[in-house]
Amino acid sequence: MSLKKKVSMTVNGVTVNAEIEPRRHLVDFLREDLHLKGPHLGCEQGACGACTVKVDGQIIRGCLFLTVQADGSVVETVEGLTKSGALADLQESFMRHNAMQCGFCSSGMLLAAAELIEKQPKASREEVREWISGNYCRCTGYHAIVDAIVDVLEARAKGQKIKPVVAHA
Amino acid sequence: MKAAAFDYAKPTALSDALSLLEQGGDDARLIAGGQTLLATLNMRLSEPSILIDITDVAELKGISVVGNKLRIGALVTHTEIEDSDLVAKHAPLLKAAAPHIAHRAIRNLGTWGGSLAYGDPAAEWPACSLTLQATMVIHGPSGERKISAKDFFIDLYTTSLEPDEILVATEIPLATANQVFYFHELARRHGDYAVAGLAAVAEKQGSVLNNCVFTFFSVSSTPVMAVAAQDVVNGQVINDQVIAKAVEAAREEIDAIADITNSAAAKTHLIGVLLERGLKHLVV
Ligand SMILES: Cc1cc2nc3c(=O)[nH]c(=O)nc-3n(C[C@H](O)[C@H](O)[C@H](O)COP(=O)(O)OP(=O)(O)OC[C@H]3O[C@@H](n4cnc5c(N)ncnc54)[C@H](O)[C@@H]3O)c2cc1C
Ligand code: FES
Ligand code: FES
Repeated sequence: MSLKKKVSMTVNGVTVNAEIEPRRHLVDFLREDLHLKGPHLGCEQGACGACTVKVDGQIIRGCLFLTVQADGSVVETVEGLTKSGALADLQESFMRHNAMQCGFCSSGMLLAAAELIEKQPKASREEVREWISGNYCRCTGYHAIVDAIVDVLEARAKGQKIKPVVAHA
Repeated sequence: MKAAAFDYAKPTALSDALSLLEQGGDDARLIAGGQTLLATLNMRLSEPSILIDITDVAELKGISVVGNKLRIGALVTHTEIEDSDLVAKHAPLLKAAAPHIAHRAIRNLGTWGGSLAYGDPAAEWPACSLTLQATMVIHGPSGERKISAKDFFIDLYTTSLEPDEILVATEIPLATANQVFYFHELARRHGDYAVAGLAAVAEKQGSVLNNCVFTFFSVSSTPVMAVAAQDVVNGQVINDQVIAKAVEAAREEIDAIADITNSAAAKTHLIGVLLERGLKHLVV
């Protein structure tokens, strides 16, 4: 008996068809089969948030979600969201504040931060800390990360954009 | 680590989910949000041969007011509860508790029913369902049965659900105008499981409280009601003496159990701290 199941989903705007084992969780599928290395794996228990991706518009833990569960869904990773410009403000702000060191946590941090900005545009610094506490940074750059997110919240509240530090080629 | 191999089925009708569960016997597992189950599979603490994904079963979805009850489907996610206007109006205790459950990425998938069925004594929903005197609606091979939250939580991770049954929904009496609520937990970090927590409701007239329910969680093998403390408080004007007597009663009646980092004595102490804060909050 083959345990493989057929799935079809949209990943970063592209339709993907595959046949996979039900036990394969979404991040392994994204990284190993689709070569999207943005989402990372840390704990595989839901604790660290390195695997955060978006499914049907919401952030989820990619290590606690099976690829078969994503059948028929819209999946977005940091790669797709970077291309579409959805994270541009946050990415600029992270650079300005040096809110990434090794970058291992950054894709998860950016996706979590983007959902906070969308759901709670008036979040206080305290609320930013609480929200982001679900994502571990091994380099412990939390302070800079919170600063970066707070700056975007403030800029958006004033209808401004974070201006690029470096000119893009 | 990675999960051992298993098969996967995604029925769309409750009757099909029930028959798959019956056929699968001990080797079958329901999956709702998967936020508990997948972690245990990834760690190979559990090796079922088939997962029955119930997330397409319409009968298990949605929040609605039915008569004088708020009906919350088993598949309603923690996020939906957090964001629901119906919940904010008719069960404000749940609105207050929701943000304490893990973090948003987990709340986006984890479900009300999954949390109740798992019966973790440290979890928020079992304690809230006890406090709000919820009724569980359960379907099995022989049809529907209803059971009160009070009789549902039996022991550590043990509920009255039989292996061939599915929790379909929960019915909660609508909050009345004179009811006041309190939810608070002491945790090392926001989103972590509580070291100790309190979910409370009372009817308030001036500074007198009546029909109080104080449910403590993360202190024992199930959520526990502090019945003696409730008796001390009911009908009284809340002042320092009443608070002191209630705190003493609660510490006496609850047999706190230690966890890896906190002793039973510490938990007993925190029961009193929570109750004092709660009572002061309820009469403000
Ligand atoms: C890092 C992390 C932190 C967490 N922190 C908290 C926290 O602070 N507080 C808290 O309460 N929870 C916490 N959780 C658990 C989370 O809230 C889960 O979502 C929830 O407990 C289980 O719901 P689920 O829908 O994910 O269930 P699943 O994982 O899908 O299922 C759990 C169990 O319930 C059974 N089940 C599911 N639905 C039904 C049903 N309708 N009828 C019968 N049986 C059913 C399943 O077969 C399984 O045995 C945390 C989880 C993680 C990963
Ligand atoms: S790898 Fe998913 S939360 Fe850590
Ligand atoms: S920047 Fe290294 S883990 Fe966060």
